[in-house]
Amino acid sequence: MTFLTKRNSFILLIALATGYFFSKDGSITTSVVSTATAFALPLALAAMVGIMCERTGIVNIGIEGTLLTSAFAAFFVSSLTSNILLGLAASVAVGTLFGLLLAVMSVSWKMDQIIAGTIINILATGLTSFLYVQGRTIPSTFPEYDIPKLMDIPFFGPVLFMHGPLFYFGIFVILSLYVALFKTTWGLRSRAVGEHPSSADTAGVSVIRLRYINVAIAGAIGGLAGAFLSLELVGSFERGFTAGKGFTALALMIFGRWNPLGALAAAMFFGLTQAYANQLMIDQVVQIPTQFITILPYVLTIIVLAISAGKVRAPAAEGQPYEKENA
Amino acid sequence: MSDLLEITGLTKQFPGVLANDDISLSVKAGEVVALLGENGAGKSTLVKAVFGLIKPDKGEIKISGNVMAYGDTAGVIAAGVGMVHQHFQLVPVMSVTENIILGDEPRKAFFIDRKSARQEVLALSERYGLEVDPDAIVEDLPVGMQQRVEILKALRKDVKLLILDEPTAVLTPLEIDELLGVIRNLANSGVGIVLITHKLHEVMEVADRVLVLRGGKAIGFTSPKESDEAGLAQMMVGRSVILRVDKTQSKPGKPALEIKGLKVLDDRKLLSVKGVDLIVHHGEILGVAGVEGNGQREMVEAICGMRHRTEGQVFVDGEPTKDMHPHSVHAAGISHIPEDREKHGLVASYTIADNLVLNQFDREPFAKGWVRNISQVTSNADQVVEEFDIRTPSAQNLASSLSGGNKQKVVVARELSEDLKVLVAAQPTRGVDVGSIEFIHNQLIAARDRGAAVLLVSAELDEILSLSDRVAVMSGGKIVAIVDSKDADRNYIGRLMAGMKS
Repeated sequence: MTFLTKRNSFILLIALATGYFFSKDGSITTSVVSTATAFALPLALAAMVGIMCERTGIVNIGIEGTLLTSAFAAFFVSSLTSNILLGLAASVAVGTLFGLLLAVMSVSWKMDQIIAGTIINILATGLTSFLYVQGRTIPSTFPEYDIPKLMDIPFFGPVLFMHGPLFYFGIFVILSLYVALFKTTWGLRSRAVGEHPSSADTAGVSVIRLRYINVAIAGAIGGLAGAFLSLELVGSFERGFTAGKGFTALALMIFGRWNPLGALAAAMFFGLTQAYANQLMIDQVVQIPTQFITILPYVLTIIVLAISAGKVRAPAAEGQPYEKENA
Repeated sequence: MSDLLEITGLTKQFPGVLANDDISLSVKAGEVVALLGENGAGKSTLVKAVFGLIKPDKGEIKISGNVMAYGDTAGVIAAGVGMVHQHFQLVPVMSVTENIILGDEPRKAFFIDRKSARQEVLALSERYGLEVDPDAIVEDLPVGMQQRVEILKALRKDVKLLILDEPTAVLTPLEIDELLGVIRNLANSGVGIVLITHKLHEVMEVADRVLVLRGGKAIGFTSPKESDEAGLAQMMVGRSVILRVDKTQSKPGKPALEIKGLKVLDDRKLLSVKGVDLIVHHGEILGVAGVEGNGQREMVEAICGMRHRTEGQVFVDGEPTKDMHPHSVHAAGISHIPEDREKHGLVASYTIADNLVLNQFDREPFAKGWVRNISQVTSNADQVVEEFDIRTPSAQNLASSLSGGNKQKVVVARELSEDLKVLVAAQPTRGVDVGSIEFIHNQLIAARDRGAAVLLVSAELDEILSLSDRVAVMSGGKIVAIVDSKDADRNYIGRLMAGMKS
């Protein structure tokens, strides 16, 4: 029964519950799970940012800031130019820029990476609050595109194949990252750099270069997540828009053991709890203050993490600037 | 044909130290050249310069006749120079295959071609007669096997010149013999080898030529044929060294350290010390011989209060000591020279002076109540640095600035500073140069002669045999025999260590 770890049993439990709800009321369950999937994607993408960075040995607690600033850029550039594609481009560019900023601080300047991440978060809050203008709108959000044939599959069709383009692209990014991390030379080298950089260095892999590249790509993924939030999922922007998603993502990354698919499953778990909580509020099945229901996903995350996080092992070289002398 | 490696007039000045002073060296194909020198003699600097990691102030490095430029590490590797590092350059969580192919992976399109990678590792392993399991995870392998992976990794790139940096520092005697055999075989197949070491008998056994370095200078070339261990040691240290330890007959007194029925678990929660009874008397050295990993480390940690004693007790002068309480164990009179000085022996970011009083900084004369008496700490440090010949510009420098041998001297000096009843010394001379080894050995004997009971645990059988009054052999978590050192026969103990019955 090695499959039935604590971690997997949580996921199994959620799947079973969903199956049960589905048998009771198919259409509501389908719509709830579909919402959950849309909630989960930005979290999963944000967790990918963490995975990309930490697998190469850079701790990134600036995900929150990256999401916030890129969601802001996506929204305002779209609004100013009336072109959501330009908004998307701006968002990815800002994400990449934030990634490079983190790389400069933590790789080149060998700064403490927690401080570097904090700087990014503070910068993001400051920038977006300062530049924020109330009352702007965007021409439209990214339109939903239903994939023919696949959308007709009961339950899975609406849940997976009736979303906007950024959703599909996000899923593609997550799956590619999984394959890339474990099947390609890039992945092997990245993981080596995150575990034991001097071995990679002596094998002719440039630690500095790889860290720069990966942290920058991670930033771009963060940009995608930000754009998804403001241009596809919500269609607006306000101060503190990301509401801690970047930090939740870090928890999901740990829960998913720094594995893209694991983090995706974790994000789905979190998304489901959030969607179920929302449904509870709408149905008014239970008469408890909404605040308690809103915190439910977070409380569950804390519990799940506390129970399952004991045995996880982070990449060994995480947080340590690379010094050749130590080789 | 030009030499594989030709270094001429290499000079490198670091702040305060002339690390390499006009050194010249050449290595031909099929030749084993040993670089012999104490810690800090400039061996590592020389090798780093070869790899282009250090910019020499003067001098030239040619590989197969081509001058190599500073910073061109890739070029040096491409020219066929491989390196086996002292600290393994392996990713612990990855498989043997992944470690070997890292940096130059066989691929199909974007993907790693695992099948051919595995084939390649098997072929490589067969070609050089170095058996490994390509699918094993490196961190699960014993150290000797990890080193094999490291060697294979180097050999994969068709090396013409292989540099081994202190390759035997972490190996058991059996693994050392194996490695020396491998080195010979490689040389016979035409690979040029540079062996960096400070162990004399390895040099005697395997080297064709020896370059002795001391204080950054090349003292001279010799060969095992022209010299012997004593001669090499003298070149290395600059004075004659007593390789055999001079000691008087011991006068054992009352039992000082008594271990009764000790059982201890290892990190994997498996029983690794399976019921040990030992008595060490005042004024004697009891040596524990054994292949590493037979429970010695766990036993030492349990005695010193650093690891839970599952069963059994430890007495000092008849008084039981507390389990899992290093402070009270120490207060009961047990001093400890830990196996891993970096982890348990020193605080690298503290000054040498502070490290010298770690065990008594909170007591007179180094403190009054809650206030430290810094001037006492300083004067104590100056005195100890002098007495123990710790090589440092000042006792106020950080412990991390010291070389391995000098770090160990700090630990030994501190642990011997008090009137101790029992000294537990685990691998006290590991990774330490010859001069310091001699010094530490004499200190251990001096402690014995002052009436301390010394429990010496070492993987070096020679060290055990030359220092101990009695020898206990540990195998499979048990003491399988205790013999008087007068009757101790190398082969007999070797067989017991290997787990054979007599």
